[in-house]
Amino acid sequence: MFDDRSPIYVQIANGIKDDVLSGTLKEDEQIMSTNQYAAFYQINPATAAKGFAQLVDEGVLYKKRGIGMFVSPDARARLRSQRRDRFFVDVVEPMLAEARMVGVDVEEIVAHIQGGPR
Amino acid sequence: MISLRDLTVSYGDTIAVDGLTLDLAPGKIYGLLGRNGSGKTSLLSVLAAYRKASGGTVAIGGVDPFENAALMRDTVFIRDSLDVSEQDRICRVLELAGRLRPCWDAGYADRLVDVFELHRRKRVSALSRGQRSSLGVILGLAARAPLTILDEAYLGMDAAARKAFYRELLADYLAHPRTIILSTHLIEEVADLLEQVIVIDHGRLVVHEDTDTFRARGVAVTGPAGAVEAFVAGRTVLSQQSLGGVREATLYGALDDADAARARAAGLTLAPVGVQDLFIHLTSGADDGTRRTEALR
Repeated sequence: MFDDRSPIYVQIANGIKDDVLSGTLKEDEQIMSTNQYAAFYQINPATAAKGFAQLVDEGVLYKKRGIGMFVSPDARARLRSQRRDRFFVDVVEPMLAEARMVGVDVEEIVAHIQGGPR
Repeated sequence: MISLRDLTVSYGDTIAVDGLTLDLAPGKIYGLLGRNGSGKTSLLSVLAAYRKASGGTVAIGGVDPFENAALMRDTVFIRDSLDVSEQDRICRVLELAGRLRPCWDAGYADRLVDVFELHRRKRVSALSRGQRSSLGVILGLAARAPLTILDEAYLGMDAAARKAFYRELLADYLAHPRTIILSTHLIEEVADLLEQVIVIDHGRLVVHEDTDTFRARGVAVTGPAGAVEAFVAGRTVLSQQSLGGVREATLYGALDDADAARARAAGLTLAPVGVQDLFIHLTSGADDGTRRTEALR
């Protein structure tokens, strides 16, 4: 799903984060159980549980004992702010590095983004 | 808990398992990985009490399984030979298993016969290699034994049958958690199902850890030869190859974020090494004839 160097449980956690960010998973909505995840992705349930545990640690999910896992009320806002912080480092910097390498200057990029002549 | 202490299994002068110490917590799916002749089947045979250890101790829940009838009812060991009467029809084999196995689920066994497209009236002797394996999987899963050991249970199965096997194994484990030990050569196919991997080589334990942890240990570093050389200095290199001025080195040992950033800054590309490749690197001979695993001890 993502950077294939990352362990499967990280990929599961990232997938859930993306669903929260995009609004596919709503706040206070229950997510599938570790067993459902395991059966769907054909993975060991401990792997899915590890991904969930990471999201609980990060405050994206919360646990209701005996019922299951739910999306935290502030999860989306929290994730948005985290991703905004990383946006320039993770998305813009690599693009600029590539642009420098192939000789595209910043003006050209800005013009492209603003829909001007290419 | 399964505890092996300094376990040794020898056949005359041949040492199949060589002073192996291992603890397995209950309720997990384990993958036992090893090359042909590495001692997998000998190790599993002792666990299942099919043979006695030559030295060291085996304890399942604190008890030696050898000649222990109660423990044996709770242990199923499916191996190449199937251990059923060749003249019996499949329906008879399943009926017998039902009488011997306290947790046998006849309805589930019946459903699996359909999943694997076997004919109940067929005799064991008339089954193809893949069909024999399917019967073994049915005997192994429907027994619902607290300790389920499947020794290369997929032999001769085609891709569709193997997929059915993995799907049924996981589904039944989710519904009825128990300790499952799978020995396999088809590592990549099952890696995601395994909570932990156990790698043995020459009868000795090489690795026992979470599959995720194991997977993270292998990394392939590619880039200009000089930069690769500088980066890998002081690390465990499992293999290297060159293409013109480009070199690829396979490293053993997880890289932290700082290492990864340093590698990228030096113009190097990092890629994962699959569990299977990592296993091959760990258990194949090095150019100087020694096993790479020796460098890791």
